[in-house]
Amino acid sequence: MNFSFRSRDQIPNYIVLTIFTAFSILPIILLFLNSIKPQEEFGVNPLGFPSTIRWENYLDAWILGEYYNIFLNTLKLVIGTLILCLFSAGLAGFSLARLKPKGSNLFLIYLLVGVSIPAQMYILPLFLMWKQMNLMNTHIGLIIIYAGLNMPFATFLIRSYMVDLPEDLFDSAKMDGANTFQTFLLIAVPLSWPVFLTTALVVGLAVWNEFLFALTFIQDQSSKPISTILFAFQSRFENDWGLVSASAVMMVAPIAILFMFFQKRFIAGLTSGATKG
Amino acid sequence: MFNFSKNITAWIFLSPSLLIHFIVVAIPSVLSLGLCLTDWNGFGKINYIGFENFYELFDDRVFKKAVLHNVIWTVIFLTIPIILSLTTAYLLTGIRRGQLIYRLIFFFPYMLASIISCQIWKYIFHPIHGVGNWLSQYGIDFLEKSPFALKETSLYAVAFVDGWHFWGFLVVVYITGMYQVDHTYYESAELEGATKFQKFWYITLPMIRPIFVFSLMIIIIWSIPTFDYIYILTQGGPAYSSAVLATHLYSQAFDRFNVGYSSAIGTLMFIYVLIIVSIFGILQKMGWNI
Repeated sequence: MNFSFRSRDQIPNYIVLTIFTAFSILPIILLFLNSIKPQEEFGVNPLGFPSTIRWENYLDAWILGEYYNIFLNTLKLVIGTLILCLFSAGLAGFSLARLKPKGSNLFLIYLLVGVSIPAQMYILPLFLMWKQMNLMNTHIGLIIIYAGLNMPFATFLIRSYMVDLPEDLFDSAKMDGANTFQTFLLIAVPLSWPVFLTTALVVGLAVWNEFLFALTFIQDQSSKPISTILFAFQSRFENDWGLVSASAVMMVAPIAILFMFFQKRFIAGLTSGATKG
Repeated sequence: MFNFSKNITAWIFLSPSLLIHFIVVAIPSVLSLGLCLTDWNGFGKINYIGFENFYELFDDRVFKKAVLHNVIWTVIFLTIPIILSLTTAYLLTGIRRGQLIYRLIFFFPYMLASIISCQIWKYIFHPIHGVGNWLSQYGIDFLEKSPFALKETSLYAVAFVDGWHFWGFLVVVYITGMYQVDHTYYESAELEGATKFQKFWYITLPMIRPIFVFSLMIIIIWSIPTFDYIYILTQGGPAYSSAVLATHLYSQAFDRFNVGYSSAIGTLMFIYVLIIVSIFGILQKMGWNI
């Protein structure tokens, strides 16, 4: 860091940084502009502001794409995964942080190996297993998969937070005769709400955006979530850029709004592996 | 006795997550290790054929291309995004106002779904609707055809889109490390008359080494199963010019149901990742302080 912070020295930094931000943000702004552009304008004015704003693109996309149903599917997957994943990762994180049973190091090593296995290694046998168990094309099937994929991350994050909780709170609960599950539910979870919120945001984002497993395990058109529907939509309405862009903006908007409110949590959660080592 | 029952409770607490992870990841992975030695096609009898699948892989033209493309992919991501984001993070530490807003803008593309980033750039590179047509009015015609559709450029064009989505993540990772560097180092360097670049090279870079090395590791690991961007933008084409291991495996698995063959590719990917992780683990044990 250049701690003198002479303002003249900072000008080149600002210039370069602004060029780089333009590279990051202009394509996203263009997506938004396209979503309110009438179809006729794409041929003559592909990159500029639309001369007439056409919000109806959103309505058309919503109706043509039957988005009510699709967002409901996606929301089901997100909420289902969050419940299953946070509950079991919460229990596991609590156990690893506070109870420290014999062999818990083995469990941590298992999770570490687990995260480094590439999905391609197990996706086909998993597909065959899911077929056998009639879990193909079901949301619960995909929820179990998402919970499993995000389990190591969620467990590590919750564990690292619960390790730092003060011990005396747990001692006094024990004196009052609370059993282990009660101390978990009534003391550890309420005290750890920040880490549960961060984990929920990161896991929720991962599920909302997930493509490979959604593509493979839900082939039934009416059960598909937004990411694979958009994939199909892009070829169905190939050159109808207004419709396709409006659909894309609808998928991004909830993320953008959540990001505005919880930027610090998103950033801390998503970079936690890298910055904590 | 007390300790024993305490251990039991603790393991009961671990069991739901262990069970779910076992079903989703561990069991199918072990199955894959077994199936890679068979010629199963998903329906008929399972025959043990030894290492036949692996011999076949080494004669597979597409597999060899895919390996090469994964290597190119790794090299691209180990250079361009890292240089760009180290520079950006360093420049960010040098300004006083607006740091947060810059950081948020850099990070935001990382939050986008692969399908969204792909769609944005598919439009921009579209030969009629995108920049190509606009540029050609001014006589610049290298984007007259979509770079995703040309054999020579498809792989690089897809890597560009993935890199656009990814590099802001690195900026934020690096800047977190740079904030932890002690001010006094820079102050004494300034007294000695060090230039910006010298301060970066002799102070910043060594101080953020743990994070830097970690970023190298995740890039190497993440470059192997890369799938979404290629599948969405080119499906590995044209003429396998952008095929990578993951797309090759996917088409072997789900278009042709060559269970044994695709398990063999998956197993090789896993072994590679395991080797990389062990190398970094050993370096850490040797006191590299990663």
